[in-house]
Amino acid sequence: MKSRKDLMQMIQKYDFALYDLMLYLDTHPHCTEGMRLFRKYRDKREEAVSEYVKNYGPIQALQSDAEKKWNWGNGPYPWEREAN
Amino acid sequence: MWSYEKKLQYPVNIKNPDPQMAQVIMSQLGGPDGELTASLRYLNQRYSMPTDKIKGLLTDIGTEELAHMEMISAIIYQLTRNLKPEEMKKSGFDKYFVDHTSGIYPASAVGVPFTAAYFQTKGDAFADLTEDMAAEQKARATYDNILRLADDPDVIDPIRYLREREVVHFQRFGEATRMVQDRLDARNFYACNPSFDKNCGRRGCKK
Repeated sequence: MKSRKDLMQMIQKYDFALYDLMLYLDTHPHCTEGMRLFRKYRDKREEAVSEYVKNYGPIQALQSDAEKKWNWGNGPYPWEREAN
Repeated sequence: MWSYEKKLQYPVNIKNPDPQMAQVIMSQLGGPDGELTASLRYLNQRYSMPTDKIKGLLTDIGTEELAHMEMISAIIYQLTRNLKPEEMKKSGFDKYFVDHTSGIYPASAVGVPFTAAYFQTKGDAFADLTEDMAAEQKARATYDNILRLADDPDVIDPIRYLREREVVHFQRFGEATRMVQDRLDARNFYACNPSFDKNCGRRGCKK
């Protein structure tokens, strides 16, 4: 199993590519190569996020499957060293 | 609406506290060219933009600036851990400490509190997008100044990332400006306000 840190860094890498592509596509909406890359990294990101959520808890509240104890409030919070 | 993602846009993990550096970097939270004013500028200006694409661009860049604000706050938070009174006096952080302890408060490096007077919404696409391009350059220059003062690789790494994003945003705003121009009469882009005047750009000669 990948560590929390490794998985988070994978997600951050995909998110970086996706956010940069998103801004590019905002001003180049007909760039099919850009959209191909967007779909590619979006799929990879989804995979990494589901593995993270399964093992380390939700990144967004809607991802929480908690039944007995609400886990959305759990740390570490992003600004704490342990989360990075 | 927005929904929170419990993650930083780019990792911040600083081993050694440095209150003096924290006070300098503070300006990119609550200073005149900081991330808070950037975010508020774009998220307020977007309503009066003349095209859907530009409304979308300002929404997306304004949202990214919120993530940058969180990264800057994380840097300040980690640089001000476990401070002792002697360190604070020596570094000059004692003046911030007396009002805010080690909480995060948006102010400039010299302690001027954040104010919305740092940005403007003119309600004119050229005026607003030109301000946005200048704002990205000023933020980039601020990061360059921070990099001149920083010597800890743990600090330099996320600051370089943030600096690079300013360059990308500047590029996108330049494209947005051209997108507005493309809809108008090239003989006089300023004949009307594309954010306000109805039919602005729909009259005059066809290209």
